[in-house]
Amino acid sequence: MKIMTANRLVDGEVVWYGNGQWIETIDGAEIVVDPAEEARLEALGKQAMAANLILDLALIDIEVVDGAIRPKRLRERIRAAGPTIRNDLGKQARTQLSRAA
Amino acid sequence: MYRYDEFDHAFVQARVAQFSDQVERRLAGELTEEQFRPLRLMNGVYLQLHAYMLRVAIPYGTLSSRQMRMLAHIARTYDKGYGHFTTRQNIQFHWPALSDIPAALADLASVEMHALQTSGNCIRNISADHFAGAAADEVADPRPYAEIMRQWSSVHPEFSYLPRKFKIALTGSNRDRAAIQTYDIGLHLKRNEAGELGFTVWVGGGQGRTPLLAKKIRDFLPRQHLLSYVTAIMRVYNLHGRRDNKWKARIKILVHEMGAQEFARQVEAEWETLKDGDLKLPQADIDAINAYFAPPPLVDRPEGDEAVRLDRLDSRSFSDWLNRNVTTHHHPDYAAVTISLKNIGETPGDMSDSQMDAVADLAERYAFDEIRVSHEQNLVLPHVARADLKAVYDALVEIGLATANIDLISDIIACPGLDYCTLANARSIPVAQQIALRFASLERQRDIGELKLNISGCINACGHHHVGHIGILGVEKKGAELYQVTLGGAADENAAIGEIIGRGFGPDEIVDVIETLVETYLAIRSDRSERFLDVYRRLGAAPFKEALYGAEAKAA
Repeated sequence: MKIMTANRLVDGEVVWYGNGQWIETIDGAEIVVDPAEEARLEALGKQAMAANLILDLALIDIEVVDGAIRPKRLRERIRAAGPTIRNDLGKQARTQLSRAA
Repeated sequence: MYRYDEFDHAFVQARVAQFSDQVERRLAGELTEEQFRPLRLMNGVYLQLHAYMLRVAIPYGTLSSRQMRMLAHIARTYDKGYGHFTTRQNIQFHWPALSDIPAALADLASVEMHALQTSGNCIRNISADHFAGAAADEVADPRPYAEIMRQWSSVHPEFSYLPRKFKIALTGSNRDRAAIQTYDIGLHLKRNEAGELGFTVWVGGGQGRTPLLAKKIRDFLPRQHLLSYVTAIMRVYNLHGRRDNKWKARIKILVHEMGAQEFARQVEAEWETLKDGDLKLPQADIDAINAYFAPPPLVDRPEGDEAVRLDRLDSRSFSDWLNRNVTTHHHPDYAAVTISLKNIGETPGDMSDSQMDAVADLAERYAFDEIRVSHEQNLVLPHVARADLKAVYDALVEIGLATANIDLISDIIACPGLDYCTLANARSIPVAQQIALRFASLERQRDIGELKLNISGCINACGHHHVGHIGILGVEKKGAELYQVTLGGAADENAAIGEIIGRGFGPDEIVDVIETLVETYLAIRSDRSERFLDVYRRLGAAPFKEALYGAEAKAA
């Protein structure tokens, strides 16, 4: 299983491809399971790079744990959450804020 | 301090305008990432895991209060309220938007700062002893020569596209606090028998995948020949350095493969053609740059001795801080103060915007407006009257920066690692934090004594693990973090590359491993004066291997 990720050009924000757009949280990322779908996703990613929306495009390996997407590599889990030593920074900080609200 | 002249101002402002235009064109889609990437790197802009990163140059680690306040402003306005001081005496901001970076660079230019040559295959920001101009053991301040080389190397057309990045460091003391033997070129400023100033020249040091110590290629180079000789070195490297393999492109590989003697011969031959030409430094120019670095007006403050004696009696914690964080100055009434950025359990080298502002205020009030950044990721107030030490200490306590741990086990050098860095394979910061917390008692740390522990999150070795008394290298093995341990490294005048002691350890083991190494040391040291490194040099790795691997070590 794979999903597609990149950084947004204008501010470097980590984004994933889901529901036809580049989204800021991993939860809604589109999961693909076979080479044909991977190729389709990659083609869309390259279009977005050519359109200067994103950079540093990658398809990454994931698993689904309790219904949630979990990247296999720690590097990608850190990108999806934020620095492990500062949970007030990165995506995880927003989750905390929304929980607090 | 050096102040920009008209040329410097115009040059830096022109670069800001040029890069602003490049960013605008990138955002408008007129430049592809492939076209833009080398341009952003030339202006210190990287892409990291979570965002862009802006690395700002701090030439030879010297800052004024006004500049430090500007760094606080950048952190507050364009970033997330903090900055990270690096092992190259620079500062990194980890969260700026690309669209904001031109404005940040314009703000930096207003205080004579920039991000040029903090990336790319050029001569990078030049570093120097953080006690330069203050240390009692200094022969002469090396920073004027670093400044001469900064001016010479800035967008130098011949040396802007080298085989690989190129780093130069200087010290003006026999005691090397600038780690010059780990640099592409290390320069040791000293006097010859006739009392003239010149440099011992070291070439071909470096860490990374192939750690090598620099080789001495000249014992004494008269200072007026600094630029001609360094140019000769750069030319031999530029001609013969490998461009086909990134991992073999640093000058250390060339010097190693060619042999230091042959390398030196070629440099001397090239230098013969240059030494009496345009690059020979006129005495008037040397004097003019030296004048910028004249010591501040250090009026006698003899009352400091009695004040310090009384305050010591009054406060144990002040006394501990004096012992660890205060260094002898060349003026007997003054001292150099090291501000630890290694609070127990926090990120080594990180500092909040409000702490930056507060340190700027302190420097202005008590330290002649000067601040230094050390390659060990601490700050230094180089000129503080001993009579003012208690006031400085009290102010540092207020802002949470009075940890008395310099050169102790919790004064850890650590790169940002996998929490931020796109090159990293493993995390560094949490390992540093957990080790510091395990040894949180300063009393225990003082009992252990000087112990330099350095951590890198990948083989590029930004955390200088090869030259830590204990070095930790994070790698990725089968998708998990693994930490290799080296022993016996040193970055001073007796520099050494640490030895890997055996198989690596998981994140849940590494802190216990460090504690085992420390307890082993404590059990076998002759007395308290024998440091961890001394024991390693006396007995080698065997007792430490035995303690960690037991029977496994014996079988091997």
